[in-house]
Amino acid sequence: MTIQANLPSAGSTGTTAGGGYAILETARRQVLGDGIGLNQAQLEEVLRLPDEALPSALELAHQVRLRHCGEEVEVEGIISIKTGGCPEDCHFCSQSGLFDSPVRGVWLDIPELVKAAKETAATGATEFCIVAAVRGPDIKLMNQIKFAIDRITQEVDINIACSLGMLTQRQVDQLKEWGVHRYNHNLETARSYFPEVVTTHTYEERLQTCAMVKDAGMELCCGALIGMGESLEQRAELAAQLAALEPHEVPLNFLNPRPGTPLENQGIMDGKDALRAIAAFRLAMPRTVLRYAGGRELTLGDLGTRDGLLGGINAVIVGNYLTTLGRPATADLNLLVDLNMPIKELQKTL
Amino acid sequence: MHSAAGNFCGHCGEAFDGGHHPPSYAHQRCGERMAMEPPRYCAACGRRMKVQVTPLGWTAECSRHGVVVA
Repeated sequence: MTIQANLPSAGSTGTTAGGGYAILETARRQVLGDGIGLNQAQLEEVLRLPDEALPSALELAHQVRLRHCGEEVEVEGIISIKTGGCPEDCHFCSQSGLFDSPVRGVWLDIPELVKAAKETAATGATEFCIVAAVRGPDIKLMNQIKFAIDRITQEVDINIACSLGMLTQRQVDQLKEWGVHRYNHNLETARSYFPEVVTTHTYEERLQTCAMVKDAGMELCCGALIGMGESLEQRAELAAQLAALEPHEVPLNFLNPRPGTPLENQGIMDGKDALRAIAAFRLAMPRTVLRYAGGRELTLGDLGTRDGLLGGINAVIVGNYLTTLGRPATADLNLLVDLNMPIKELQKTL
Repeated sequence: MHSAAGNFCGHCGEAFDGGHHPPSYAHQRCGERMAMEPPRYCAACGRRMKVQVTPLGWTAECSRHGVVVA
């Protein structure tokens, strides 16, 4: 997928002579027709569409998703192998050891991890992502990960992904060798807003890990967390920066303000703005797996969750998150049945 | 294992007013939040608990009062 940085912008979010919205007509030709994602300026226009244009934007994003990704929905479970006590200061995160958060440090033992993988697979999920709250993995964590992968692979038919922070080249190579097929490392926010959110590492460091993962042949999962006080321009900037990375998957999180974190008093994002963002991210990345991740329950509720699945989303995290609870797995799975959206079947990629 | 009911709010760890149930108005918002979060504090003693969330459940362990399972 290619982002054309110099494509002409529609220039206005106003209506055309035919009564449509210029940017959506452009997107219909460019993204739906030609498979070329919108550029940053165009994404800004989508994010500024008035409420009355939102159904049209979502419908177009859904058509883009169906044409370029298909009708299947990818289901994933995530779990924390090492919770809390992180040395980084990501201002949204309750697992930072630098904030007065109620989250205590805890390690998950391997039998419990295998049990969770089995339960996740039983929901129809094809992905199981093991996450650790660390700057990057040390030898102890890498050994735990190898042991966990071995045990899960022996007992559960599911793809294993990892999210362990910043990696060295040797660690990238090890994870690939051990059978990790996808690695998550989020950009979280736009480059221009990143210093407002994280000060203990840089955007470039994140990009380095993303690049190593891709170069090693693992699928890159690189996500966003929106609603942290960034501007619409920065939201468009983030979507364009993610698109330039060409990740296999983009998990889309909405801020759930956590007690004790610097963003605890940030309000919950408006649901319509969240839906506009979903449509914009799909129109930026027509072929990427766009996954519902944390915060959607608060930001979108049940009705908004349905709207997003009909507006560009083609993957979900089933059940709970790392430290907070999600919708019951059955609620999402039943919704997929209602929407006639088949769950993607397991295809071992490595 | 012990009951989640007790003298302390599982969300913020503060005592319920007078120890009465249902929780006082001050903890109504805490109660609403706990629909989407596991308890972080022991209801019996207010200690911060070790909480492990899994895709389909959670456990919370108080060093004094044991484990609560969802």
